[in-house]
Amino acid sequence: MESSFDKNALFANLNDIFLDLLPESLSWMAYLGTGLTIILIMVNAVLMLTAFGTYMERRVLGRFQTRLGPNRVGPFGLLQPLADLLKLITKEDLRPESADKITFFLAPVLMVTSMLVVVAVVPFGKDSFLADLNIGVLYLVGIPTIATVSMFLGGWGSGNRFALLGAARAVAMLISYEVPMIVSLAGILILAGSMSLVDVVQAQQIPFILLQPIAFFVFLVSASAEMNRSPFDLMEAESELTAGFHTEFSGMRFGLLQLAEFGEVVVTSAILATLFLRGWENPFIPADWQQVLPPQLWLIGKMLFFMLIFTWIRATLPRMRIDQVMAFAWKVLFPLALINMFVTAALVVAWPDPTYTQLWIMVGVNWAVAIGCLTGYTLSRGRHRQKPTESVRLVQIPAEVN
Amino acid sequence: MPFGLGIAKGMMVTLRNLARKPVTVQYPEQRVTQNPRFRGEDFVWYEERCTGCASCAKYCPQGIIKIVTSPSGEQTQEGEKYKLETFDIEIARCMFCGLCVEACPYDALHMGTGFERAMPRKSDLVITVDELRASAKRPSTWFRPQLQDRGYDPASGEEVSWQDAGREATVAPTYDDMLKRWVEKR
Amino acid sequence: MALPSESITINLGPQHPSTHGVFRIRVTLDGEVIQDIEPIFGYLHRGTEKLAEERTYTQIVTLTDRLDYTSSMINNQAYVMATEKLAGLEVPERAQYLRVLTAELQRVASHLMGIGFFLQDLGAMGTPLMYCFRERERILDLFEMICGARVTVSYMRPGGVTQEPPPEFWPALKELLSEFPHYIDELERLILENEIVVARTKGVGLLPRELAIDSSISGPNLRASGVAWDLRKADPYDVYGRMDFDIPVGSNGDSYDRFLVRVMEIHQSLRIVEQCVQQIPDGPIRSEVPYFFRPPPGDAYAHVEASKGELGFYLVSDGGIAPYRCKIRAPSFINLTALTEMLLGWKVADLMVIFGSLDVNMGEVDR
Ligand code: SF4
Ligand code: SF4
Repeated sequence: MESSFDKNALFANLNDIFLDLLPESLSWMAYLGTGLTIILIMVNAVLMLTAFGTYMERRVLGRFQTRLGPNRVGPFGLLQPLADLLKLITKEDLRPESADKITFFLAPVLMVTSMLVVVAVVPFGKDSFLADLNIGVLYLVGIPTIATVSMFLGGWGSGNRFALLGAARAVAMLISYEVPMIVSLAGILILAGSMSLVDVVQAQQIPFILLQPIAFFVFLVSASAEMNRSPFDLMEAESELTAGFHTEFSGMRFGLLQLAEFGEVVVTSAILATLFLRGWENPFIPADWQQVLPPQLWLIGKMLFFMLIFTWIRATLPRMRIDQVMAFAWKVLFPLALINMFVTAALVVAWPDPTYTQLWIMVGVNWAVAIGCLTGYTLSRGRHRQKPTESVRLVQIPAEVN
Repeated sequence: MPFGLGIAKGMMVTLRNLARKPVTVQYPEQRVTQNPRFRGEDFVWYEERCTGCASCAKYCPQGIIKIVTSPSGEQTQEGEKYKLETFDIEIARCMFCGLCVEACPYDALHMGTGFERAMPRKSDLVITVDELRASAKRPSTWFRPQLQDRGYDPASGEEVSWQDAGREATVAPTYDDMLKRWVEKR
Repeated sequence: MALPSESITINLGPQHPSTHGVFRIRVTLDGEVIQDIEPIFGYLHRGTEKLAEERTYTQIVTLTDRLDYTSSMINNQAYVMATEKLAGLEVPERAQYLRVLTAELQRVASHLMGIGFFLQDLGAMGTPLMYCFRERERILDLFEMICGARVTVSYMRPGGVTQEPPPEFWPALKELLSEFPHYIDELERLILENEIVVARTKGVGLLPRELAIDSSISGPNLRASGVAWDLRKADPYDVYGRMDFDIPVGSNGDSYDRFLVRVMEIHQSLRIVEQCVQQIPDGPIRSEVPYFFRPPPGDAYAHVEASKGELGFYLVSDGGIAPYRCKIRAPSFINLTALTEMLLGWKVADLMVIFGSLDVNMGEVDR
């Protein structure tokens, strides 16, 4: 943890305050106090954002579907998450007879924890983060998988066959999507030359969304698969498995699962913003816009942007089937991620220390590769070149003359 | 056709709909306009017009209209009009088909316009004769062309008096008219 | 190489988000693959056929509304046609046009609902469903204008229809007809070429031509399998003989074709409505038929092309005021005959797609 103290002014200042307050003999508590305070702030910030996220998602989804969305509780329905919480808390907490006590209890808790813990490495500003791990990116892709484990625990432990099917799907998808996700990040790591998220943000002279379009696409898709969003919401496929792994959960356990699910959207949006949209810095290329907003707000704004994109996708796309999801991961995303990694590596070998112009050339090359991949894929699916709607024709039978 | 174009098109459609005005309304405060013919649950009944013939009760597929009459002293001609003791409609089983209204030969029974009769107990879901007597007379124009021709709209809040509700407006039919309309024509 | 696995049995329904009512299927799964299914019916049985024996001929109209509650107008039409055949009643021409007009509007509404729920079963989070319902709502508004109810219309009567549409109906219909093509166009852009929809439905749930004919499947499901059979053309009733429209016919008999046939039928139905508006003559709308009438002893069968398939009413009269027997040939029920053959070997996710693409209505299946 010493590294956090060195780099992080926020930490150091708070630590000083605690040291002043506490007597000499208790100085070891200052460290604890600092950590806990910041954790408290962070966790609450994430939870508040999640609550707002659920509201926004429901509201925006409503507007996508040309209906109103929740608007009864409070002004514009802003207190809806609170009402939901109250409702869930007061509901009866049921545990089916056949459920496994321990796993059934653990699943929601683990899921929420794994969601919250990820935030630790997300930098909200040059100085405001919990920890600047030198393996930050690895941590990012590693910790969320605990959520999948807890999904399996919950699904298997609730003793319900729908839940079991959902859990099995969750694990299958985790195994497939983790691979392209990590490989897609390789390009970014090559460009940034570091696994620390702070370094990744600072390495983005041009946002990586421009420099790494393929990686962005692959990461977006695998992240939505990982956090169980449409069109990959197979593990809780409502129209097939009732509610998938959380069929049997009720009351606040269900609430925790939902919290974790929406929380993951928030966290993933933060990660996407950090990795691809210059994190706490302004997303625009001319950097003199920096002073417009404080860094924390830049990040939060970008998170909201990505949350909107996720909502948009959810509002439009139908669900894929499990074998198609697997095929998509292994046959499309994985090769794409590999291509991206090799192209990026070649470019970095060519220009180990790129100038600004050279970076723009890289952008051009990467987009050319992306468009080439799309064209190649389209051509390879020759049998689909014909319009799907051609299978139905109109038969004319003349009207009887009466 | 490049792969992904279908998805892109769909995304644009949803995006365009985001800017559209919502089609739903906030119900208790706002309401969609109700057509004058809407078959609502609060029946409109004019005691002055009703003869107690119980045609409505007979035509009801559910058999939920309960009518008890007694010979009334008011009318000179025996059997022309009965005094209504009971006229209960057990609305819980009503399906608002309107056959009773269609059957009423004297235009005494009309469909209403409401739809908000929610009760905690099924036994409360009965429209009694007292309620029918007291309720606001805003009949639906369903199967009542005379109201529709006049351009009457129950949503306007205007009430219709019993003299105006009939097919033949204010003039009470003579016995011969009745015979012609309801006996010989059938 | 396959690892040995144990099959599990799950129970879909009767309370399940996507069984279109209260249908229950007991599915035996090997992993995700369907090994065996056992459909279980009857949760919505209301004894319509038996109730009809206790009702007069006019009162039965209200029962038919509740068969396939998404296409009440067409049910009314089928029933009153059977009664008219039985009792030898005349139907004025204007009434026939009004029947065809409302029935076609109802077909559009029903197909919209079928498409919407089909996409909902595909997992499209309600957006296409909301759009379909938004469009359907406009048709229901028209129904409310004509007959005071949106779903349980009870509009037709033996010998005609209840009421002349109000004067404001015709401009409203004209407006609807001018706007509807855009709506359908938007819907088509939203879903028809969506790669996920195509991947999920193309080639899924094949219903070969022979199987479709052998199991007497009718309606859009039959036409998607490549049989150009439509009662409106094959046995024109009311004024369909004068209408100029085409029949969409599929070539593969898969879920996508069944879905697309419905979309294309909407266009044809709108064409029919337009022609009705142009051709409709003036005149009476109801022949003089008493409420209680006694058809001569005998029997009659009348069938129409309902939105789900061939809907037939078989009535037997013993000369009384109520039919002696009323048999309903419910298309949804018969369309489920081939369900087992269509489902075996597909994944559990396809179950809902295939079931949804058949577009059955439980009110009609259980009656
Ligand atoms: S509306 Fe129909 S069900 Fe209701 S009372 Fe009248 S006839 Fe009976
Ligand atoms: S049919 Fe009309 S007149 Fe006869 S009892 Fe009913 S409401 Fe009265």
